[in-house]
Amino acid sequence: MWSIISVLVENKPGVLFKITNLFRAKNYNIDSISVGVTENPEFSKMTITTAAEEKQLNQIIKQLDKLIDTVEVKLLDEKKSIYRELVLMKIKVNKPSDIMEITDLANAFKCNVHDVRKSSIIVEITATPDRIDAFEDLIRGYGILEIARTGICALERGYRDES
Amino acid sequence: MSGARSLMVALEKEGTNIVFGLPGGANLPIYDELYKSNIRHILVRHEQSASHMADGYGRVSRRPGVCFATSGPGATNIVTGIATAQADSSPMIAVTGQVPTKMIGKDAFQESDILGITNPIVKYAFQPMSAAEIPEVVKKAFYISSTGRPGPVLIDIPKDVQQNEVEMVFPSEVKIRGYHPWVDPDIKEIERAIDMLLTSERPIILAGGGVIISGAFAELQSIAELLMIPVVTTFKGKGSFPENHPLSLGPIGMHGHAEANKMMVEADCVLACGSRFSDRSVGTFEEFEKHLKIIHMDVDPAEIGKNQTTNVAVVGDVKTSLRIMVKMLIQKAMKRSGDNPWLKHVNETKEYFRQNLKLHPHPLGAAKVLRKLREVLPPQSIVTTEVGQHQMWASLFFDVIHPGTFFSSTGLGTMGWGFPAAIGAKAARPDVPVLDIAGEGSFNMTENSLAVSVLDNLPVIVFLMNNFSLGMVAQWQRTFYDRRMIGIDLKDCPDYVKIAEAYGAQGIRAETIEDVGKAVQTALKSNVATVIDIPIDPQEDVLPFVAPGTSLKDMILPS
Repeated sequence: MWSIISVLVENKPGVLFKITNLFRAKNYNIDSISVGVTENPEFSKMTITTAAEEKQLNQIIKQLDKLIDTVEVKLLDEKKSIYRELVLMKIKVNKPSDIMEITDLANAFKCNVHDVRKSSIIVEITATPDRIDAFEDLIRGYGILEIARTGICALERGYRDES
Repeated sequence: MSGARSLMVALEKEGTNIVFGLPGGANLPIYDELYKSNIRHILVRHEQSASHMADGYGRVSRRPGVCFATSGPGATNIVTGIATAQADSSPMIAVTGQVPTKMIGKDAFQESDILGITNPIVKYAFQPMSAAEIPEVVKKAFYISSTGRPGPVLIDIPKDVQQNEVEMVFPSEVKIRGYHPWVDPDIKEIERAIDMLLTSERPIILAGGGVIISGAFAELQSIAELLMIPVVTTFKGKGSFPENHPLSLGPIGMHGHAEANKMMVEADCVLACGSRFSDRSVGTFEEFEKHLKIIHMDVDPAEIGKNQTTNVAVVGDVKTSLRIMVKMLIQKAMKRSGDNPWLKHVNETKEYFRQNLKLHPHPLGAAKVLRKLREVLPPQSIVTTEVGQHQMWASLFFDVIHPGTFFSSTGLGTMGWGFPAAIGAKAARPDVPVLDIAGEGSFNMTENSLAVSVLDNLPVIVFLMNNFSLGMVAQWQRTFYDRRMIGIDLKDCPDYVKIAEAYGAQGIRAETIEDVGKAVQTALKSNVATVIDIPIDPQEDVLPFVAPGTSLKDMILPS
């Protein structure tokens, strides 16, 4: 089981290095990480997923909090958050009818289809990791040539003053 | 005003009147301004010693010590000193020169990525890319270094940033969004802690380095005396409680006092103040969890639950937390009589080990030598140590009477730390004698600081317990490697009396216990550094000994 940690950091050089170096130095593992500037250009938001057990997870959060360049560290509750990952998959086209089949599957998963060629097709899927896994399972038979994943990005539902 | 000038002004504003360092190409503009300022410069012979001196100065004065080094090798030479300060939560500011901004990343002469190198071992690091940033950077550096859990802060200044002339603004205070060192202790947790201590049958206090850093000596003693709870310390916390106090049991740990280890294992409730349950202190953790209720006070929230699960956690400055606890106890007139079976048992155990623990029979056995030192050294003297057997013997046989007068590289275990740190300590407290309990293996590493001690009039005493070998390694090879001795024999080289004399210091060889006492007295009267070379027995082991990976209850006693 993995957890999603949302980290608001100072948007300045070297901060990503400090975060990843902390994981390395403490022997924690990062499953995915996505980083981008927030609505306020002084901050960046990092979404980190990790498969740590509870005790280690608590330590990860405390150690992240201890970093001076982290402004807010939150463990996201999956049920109370929206989380998505974008994946680009290059799929092998073995025979002309594959194009139609792959496109149909892609439509069923609300994916975008790009760069349709005689020998390959690129599908873009934005979904939760389990849905991405399900799509990957269905498509594997055709042959996956390449995959690029963005890592999960996530936001808590609602506004903090609500409820 | 130039960047370099603003650095001096900002340092002076923070109360810095001494820096330890060594100049080079990339920090010459800084040195040129140092020349014009009122700050005293201590020229070291190797930058590592500058960082240890700043560390020693910082621990004693509880304000950041400052060291300067140039770029490249100058900067990498202070890495060990920074790591040592970080491991022992010591306030320190390291200012390094860097190649000009346009040269960064071009593998320029004497360029090193010191920010990248030191990232895991600093509390924070700055690299101002314009001169105008320097005043605020210095202010923030002192704020971060000295508050909360103290630690080293690096300021890496490119040469052109030192030289650039700009209008300077010196902020009177700074705010850092992601840094909140002041946490008010939770009163309810303190109440729970008191309940737990009062309802337990066999309570014990474990005082760590946090007590010394926060200067919570009086508060700690009040609680121990009000509740009549025996006090053990970690090695870093040694001397946070007077070791001649009837409730004192001394340090626990790998080479802790037998009575301290034994009582720690038997206790049913521990009040741990500013301690991080390090492996060297507590052995294997599982043994603790089984039967012990743990109250953990620490200023660093990340320490709670890091090494040890706790029952009650009080996050906040240890001095503040303990003071609140004392107040509550006094208000509610809560006291505990010393007339109880636990304390009786504690005292009997203490007495038993004092009477029955066998000491090494050699005429210059460690216990005899260090007890003689204690006899002649005034109690307010500051003592540092190096790292190795002598350090652990100091833990066992040298009682600290005045709280907060004993300092050692306990976390990183840096050989060569004690002597330069003693010089830094002397700079902070010129009014008291400063002595480094040393082994020759460690002293060898930074002995060139004798020049600094002599020339800069910072006389310290090196109490050299010379066993002509890397004694602790030798002990492990004797104990765990079937006496296959390798890489430990230092032979009788160099002659430390001559080394001292070569530097213009005083060298004395002490071959009997009487000689040891006389030599210390001579050194105390001298106004020049003194090295007392004491040839001890290379075969003596440090005992008791808790083997790594075992529990305090499996302590090996002298046979």
